[in-house]
Amino acid sequence: MTSNNKFLSLLIPVISVILGLIAGAIIMLFSGYNPIDGYLALWRGAFGDAFTIGETIRRITPLILTGLAVAFAFRTGLFNIGAEGQVIVGWLAAVWVGLAVDAPMIIHLPLAVLAGGIAGGIWGFVPGLLKAKIGVHEVIVTIMMNYIALFITNEIIRSVLTDHATKTDRIPETASLSSEWLQTLTFYSRLHYGILIALFAAAVMWFLIQRTTIGYELKAVGFNQHASKYAGMNVSKNIILSMVIAGGFAGLAGAMEGLGTYGNISVMSGFTNLGFDGIAVALLGANNAFGVVLAAILFGVLKEGAGEMPTGAGVPTELVDIIIALIIFFVASSYIIRWVILRFKKEGK
Amino acid sequence: MDYVIEMLNIRKEFPGIVANDNITVQLKKGEIHALLGENGAGKSTLMNVLFGLYQPEKGEIRVNGEKVEISNPNIANDLGIGMVHQHFMLVEPFTVTQNIILGNEPKTKTGKINIKKAEKEIQELSDRYGLSVDPSAKISDISVGMQQRVEILKTLYRGAEVLIFDEPTAVLTPQEITELIEIMRSLIKEGKSIILITHKLKEIMEVCDRCTVIRKGKGIGTVEVEETNVDELASLMVGREVSFKTDKKEATPTENVLKVKDLYVRDSRKVDLVKGLDLDIRAGEIVGIAGIDGNGQTELIEAITGLRKSHSGSIQLNNKDITNLSPRKVTESGVGHIPQDRHKYGLVLDYPIGENIVLQTYYQKPYSKATVLNYKEIYDKAEELIEEYDVRTPSAQTLARALSGGNQQKAIIGREVDRSPDLLIAAQPTRGLDVGAIEFIHKKLIEERDKGKAVLLVSFELDEIMDVSDRIAVMFDGKIVAYVKPEETNEQELGLLMAGSQLNKAGGSQ
Repeated sequence: MTSNNKFLSLLIPVISVILGLIAGAIIMLFSGYNPIDGYLALWRGAFGDAFTIGETIRRITPLILTGLAVAFAFRTGLFNIGAEGQVIVGWLAAVWVGLAVDAPMIIHLPLAVLAGGIAGGIWGFVPGLLKAKIGVHEVIVTIMMNYIALFITNEIIRSVLTDHATKTDRIPETASLSSEWLQTLTFYSRLHYGILIALFAAAVMWFLIQRTTIGYELKAVGFNQHASKYAGMNVSKNIILSMVIAGGFAGLAGAMEGLGTYGNISVMSGFTNLGFDGIAVALLGANNAFGVVLAAILFGVLKEGAGEMPTGAGVPTELVDIIIALIIFFVASSYIIRWVILRFKKEGK
Repeated sequence: MDYVIEMLNIRKEFPGIVANDNITVQLKKGEIHALLGENGAGKSTLMNVLFGLYQPEKGEIRVNGEKVEISNPNIANDLGIGMVHQHFMLVEPFTVTQNIILGNEPKTKTGKINIKKAEKEIQELSDRYGLSVDPSAKISDISVGMQQRVEILKTLYRGAEVLIFDEPTAVLTPQEITELIEIMRSLIKEGKSIILITHKLKEIMEVCDRCTVIRKGKGIGTVEVEETNVDELASLMVGREVSFKTDKKEATPTENVLKVKDLYVRDSRKVDLVKGLDLDIRAGEIVGIAGIDGNGQTELIEAITGLRKSHSGSIQLNNKDITNLSPRKVTESGVGHIPQDRHKYGLVLDYPIGENIVLQTYYQKPYSKATVLNYKEIYDKAEELIEEYDVRTPSAQTLARALSGGNQQKAIIGREVDRSPDLLIAAQPTRGLDVGAIEFIHKKLIEERDKGKAVLLVSFELDEIMDVSDRIAVMFDGKIVAYVKPEETNEQELGLLMAGSQLNKAGGSQ
């Protein structure tokens, strides 16, 4: 019974993705584009050469982390809609430490990465505290925290880090995640060491959730607060801890952008969408660390490959967004897919 | 013979299980017909088939001799079948009348609800069946017993000829049960017919005419109540001989374990619910708290176990003060707690049963070391307790949610008893369980007592209190109003004490 369920929870995202691709193909057909050309262009855009592969991995990196940020909170019964804001403050903090501190790389880089994680953690702490102590729903608070993050960060870039400029200076080499070796290997893409941090974070989440008493408590509180209290767990502490860890993952995603991809931070006119994509990644990855990595790969590939579709096949980028939206739609309605599968099984008997 | 309802050879399957297998129930006009079976035997499924919530795979239903298809509850209503649910379906802030007409409102010509007319009709119905319900009272202001009568009125107002009572006495006090039985008799006198779902044998003997027994989804047969007895019914239901009288030796209490002094506990509205309560329990005895629900029992237990702060007074365990310690500290000082609501407090339903076994000990060796869980140790322990406490589960990895109530409860008891606490608190430990599981749980409580532990039993079942306790403490309005010995009292006397009457005869005071 349980192995059967596990198989189903793997099968359903796969079916959802296939349905999404089929629906995308139909839409391309109806809009007068050749879907085969379109998908070939997508493939080239993501895996065409060393450069695109490097860029694809670069794009996957923060998605893994924001996916973890949402998935981790969800496993403990909380909805972290605030990954977006946590990314932004993480980005800011990492770049800030990168610019302000002068130290050898062995200290400077870990410090800057950590700063990103801690900033994200603080951004998660606030909704966690409000939820634990006075019962304010974390969805509302995290959404509001996103806006606070965006506007405060923009203001700090303009008034504190620069003199009314739209972007900061580049961080020094000692705080940079980028690597000449990786860049040469991928024909000067922006690939950086962040992917290792992201994969390590996924392993951390798995270990924390599955193997430790911390995860045992966090999940118990998520499932049933009353029983957790009865068992002697500190419910408030666990709610706050969960949001802090989740925020930390998202903060790291921001650090990846600040220390790896861009090397600075610019005034943003709107959200990065990394945090919001994290919600979809977590959903598609069934809130499981390994699943999140796979889902982030899929998202990264689709998003990176999309760049080639307008030039390679004349298909507008918006269509790729539609396909991604369709995949999420099918995942979200996984209940229907599950129902259909069970229905077929029953009739097969 | 005239049958109002016939359910013939009903079969209902769910994926993987047959819930009802070839069950036949025939209800005569004007009789009270019991449907007896253990938890999970398929009683509710069968009644849901009759009420149109499930469609049977096989078999037919006849109403007054005519074959009918009941594809939804509205059809059941139209056929005059009404259900008095175990969990009342009432809107608390509404009045009795508003609740009864809900979904079936009489209108005036202008389209307004004709409350006046409805109230009059309901008053008439109430008088006719001797229900003494005030149609304009608010649900939140009336007692549980009265709320149940509103449920009865609801079915009558909709023209029910056949009433299904789903475990109606589970929530009632002894006096209310007597009154309910009177009401059922007057319903019969007015020509109604009743199906009574229950697993309480005494009630069947008292009010029912015939009884259909279901065991593990199969219809075992229908017996005339006059020609049978409690023992026969029990063995029909369980499929083996059951002993009712719990075997136990005389208690040999020794030193004091729990000492509660002048305890005050407030609820969330800052109302005192425990008001200056004193209670002593010694090692080697079972003290049963008898009382009507809502007289502070829940708050007392929550205060002892640390789930609720007490306002003043003190709680001592083995002469150490445990007042207002955290639940974990209380557990560690030697208190085991079988909670009243096993789904809300006792288990994390979405955890495997194995992980529920270590719910209070997961952070200790050998179950974890430096925060890393040792699943092998956890599951070894779980397998051991599953074996010892006869928890029927496909495996220790099965989610607690998937187990039947009795097996969930056995797992909780195994967990609490295995820690070998000096004080074991059992709140309603057998609620909703069948006789087999009840027998097992009572045996375990007495075993703990014989090992020299103190046991505090809270139950609304007087039978259980009388049977298991060595001393009965009667709780009323937040205080222990009397201590009695089970062998020196009876249900009537306890019932009166629980309702707040003073004991006239001497020797009953504290």
